[in-house]
Amino acid sequence: MKSICFYFQIHQPFRLRNYRFFDIGHKHDYFDEYANRFIMQQLAEKSYLPANEILLGLIKKYGKKFRVSFSISGIALEQMEKFTPEVIDSFKKLAATGNVEFLTETYGHSLASLKSKSEFFKQVKLHEAKIKLLFGVKPKAFRNTELIYNDDIGNLIFELGYNTVITEGPKHILGWKSPNLLYCSATNPKVKLLMKNFQLSDDIAFRFSVRNWSEWPLTSEKFTGWLNALGPKTEVVNLFMDYETFGENQKKDTGIFDFLKSFPQVVFDKSRFQFSTPSEVAAALQPASPLHIPYPISWADEERDITAWLGNEMQNEAFNKLYDLEESVNSCDDQGILDHWMKLQVSDHFYYMSTKWFSDGTVRRNFNPYNSPYDAFINYMNVLADFEIRVKKACAGKVKEEVKKAPARKRVSKKADEKPVKAAKKPAARKKAGGSAKK
Amino acid sequence: MKVLMFGWEFPPHISGGLGTASYGLTKALLKCGVDLIFVVPKAYGDEKPGSIRLVNASDVAIDIQDEVFREYLDKMSYVEVDSQLVPYATEEEYFKIVEKTQQGVTAEKGSIHSSKYEFAGGYGKNLLEEVKRYAMVAVSIAREYDFDMIHSHDWLTYMAGKEAKRITGKPLIVHMHATEFDRSGETVNQQVYDIERAGMEAADKVIAVSHMTRSVVINRYGIHPDKVVTVHNGVEPPQTENDLEIKRYLDEKIVTFLGRITFQKGPEYFIEAAYKVLQRDDNVRFVMAGSGDMLNKMIRRVAKLGISNKFHFTGFLKGDDVDKMFAMSDVYVMPSVSEPFGISPLEAMRSNVPVIISKQSGVAEVLKHAIKVDFWDIDAMADAIYGLLHYNALPETFKKYGKEEVDNIKWDQAGEKVKEIYQEFLTQS
Repeated sequence: MKSICFYFQIHQPFRLRNYRFFDIGHKHDYFDEYANRFIMQQLAEKSYLPANEILLGLIKKYGKKFRVSFSISGIALEQMEKFTPEVIDSFKKLAATGNVEFLTETYGHSLASLKSKSEFFKQVKLHEAKIKLLFGVKPKAFRNTELIYNDDIGNLIFELGYNTVITEGPKHILGWKSPNLLYCSATNPKVKLLMKNFQLSDDIAFRFSVRNWSEWPLTSEKFTGWLNALGPKTEVVNLFMDYETFGENQKKDTGIFDFLKSFPQVVFDKSRFQFSTPSEVAAALQPASPLHIPYPISWADEERDITAWLGNEMQNEAFNKLYDLEESVNSCDDQGILDHWMKLQVSDHFYYMSTKWFSDGTVRRNFNPYNSPYDAFINYMNVLADFEIRVKKACAGKVKEEVKKAPARKRVSKKADEKPVKAAKKPAARKKAGGSAKK
Repeated sequence: MKVLMFGWEFPPHISGGLGTASYGLTKALLKCGVDLIFVVPKAYGDEKPGSIRLVNASDVAIDIQDEVFREYLDKMSYVEVDSQLVPYATEEEYFKIVEKTQQGVTAEKGSIHSSKYEFAGGYGKNLLEEVKRYAMVAVSIAREYDFDMIHSHDWLTYMAGKEAKRITGKPLIVHMHATEFDRSGETVNQQVYDIERAGMEAADKVIAVSHMTRSVVINRYGIHPDKVVTVHNGVEPPQTENDLEIKRYLDEKIVTFLGRITFQKGPEYFIEAAYKVLQRDDNVRFVMAGSGDMLNKMIRRVAKLGISNKFHFTGFLKGDDVDKMFAMSDVYVMPSVSEPFGISPLEAMRSNVPVIISKQSGVAEVLKHAIKVDFWDIDAMADAIYGLLHYNALPETFKKYGKEEVDNIKWDQAGEKVKEIYQEFLTQS
């Protein structure tokens, strides 16, 4: 039996407002409440709610046979709770069917995996707890922000207790290998890897409504035909995409909802495929081969690397300056600061600073609040400057305490050799993160 | 004594330096008892010329059958201006110009061959055409009015001045507020340069706004030194004495660059100096306020240096925000590569901010209570910034004497000097 593994991503950042230099030092409201609310409401109405409705109907109709998986960032969940609680309810209904798997990721849809092990761990655990709280399930599989993955991240994820990871299936990693098999990490074979079939995923996510595409219009029958035409060794077809594909990136009038509605029936009638979730796939299949992924990959752009977020000097600068604050932030327990710390880590801020003009970023371009990457950088750095002032003030007392404790800490760090190991790993990750070796 | 003056702008429709400077001068001249007829290509009707007679060139008809114009019309062809020809424009105007150029908007306000011509004013794409047409109108005006002298402000009006002189034989004074080298560096627009030079050659006297500009006029335009005199600009007293009580929210000292972010203003030297200061001193923030074609490059440079948590960009500032920015500043830096005069440090000093200015600015010739460095000498600039931030006696001294000094740089002195020049000619004739 062959599997179709549907995975949908939902993430929306808290976009920053136009934060001016004159605001630094006294105004601490960073976010564009209006835009964030408006966008979330629009998406709920156009995409999330109608698509959920369809999924729920399909599950009712086909029972256990129809299964899908989601990853919803903690930041997106917060916005739904705040602006569109009906979407949360709708997901709760889906969760209650038992046919929907919720994956875990970093709470803040952050790039912490490339920079800070402790922050990464913290965010994954926070997200786990959030999913448990809202949907009553403990996630069993992991997906990192924008499907960013490499061997190091695989090891971190394993340490967190996960052995199933979904990521991109880029040509430069797979070469002649098929994405339609289960793989495992070469550095830790217990970590199973599901690789996105970007050809078929993007046929739906990006090309569905492109009229000058030779395959337009795409129908369930045609798509199922392609699935059947995949080689006999095919075990799983990973269709990973943004959930906004339904109703936003592909508007309702393109017929995308009809496609979603009719697809399962055609699959059941005309193919030998079934629907599975990532952890089911990982449990059912044997890895075909180990994969070495030394440098981080992602699902962005033609290059499938991380240069959309950390590809120019502005992005690296903002990223480094942000994480320079990590230690200070963790030493204070001001809820407001911790909350903003999370929201400032959201990868979208760095994405807006990208100078790669031909990126596939067209997908989220609609919601990009900036005219240019330079504006994005200036605005972010203004906010960060204010945040830094607050952090320094809030932990001024704490730092003094720590200075007193300093000698004691030294002794401790000798005993615990965990730290040096971490330090040794970090530079490697950072190097890949964009070539800046600066702290 | 009556002077026919050709300008390009008149308050409130000014784009910056040129309009402000010629207005300041005319007011001072009136005070000295000089009668003025001030011609602008386009009057909007809401100007308050006071006792100046303002002539709108768009209202002046010319007889196109007249021999005098024949020659012009034959030679005149439609010329599009693509470079930024503006004499020290404000950033706002700079923005507008760039926008205009990008949109390719040209004001088609009537044929060049009709008897009346509606000037677009400002600095549109057909600027050169307007400059020539302005010269034709000048002939009609020169015939109509009675005057003793002709005075032309900047190259835009030189052809007009030249024609007025040709028709009437009255002495011509041309006023260099900026040279083409200031505006364009070494890549000068040859047409503009030619107009400038022809104007100065035809003139009986050339007034330069600084010694620096005077030497450019002599060395690069080959004008005889005896013919060129320096009359430094003045500065208008503040329009409204509203000492904004600005609350400062930042603990750090603030060092400010405020101006167009273009090659001429030397923004990169400010950044390099900032980097040097920040290596030593964490308790300072740098601000680059303004916009321009080098902004993005500057942002990348700051990011690359890793100082962007201490170096901020505000974008283009207008109105109150400029005052606010000055009020928040502890040091003002003007590292201009080439600045015929440079009025912004005077504004900073008026707000009690000590200033560091480049030796390559005209204003350096008149200011005593300012630190002067070569624009390229980032070490000296960093030293000066550090000194002003740390050795309290320095800013105190500069504040104490600087304000007084600025208050004494008045247009009245400039007016007196210009009047003396006028008188030379009157006694001669």
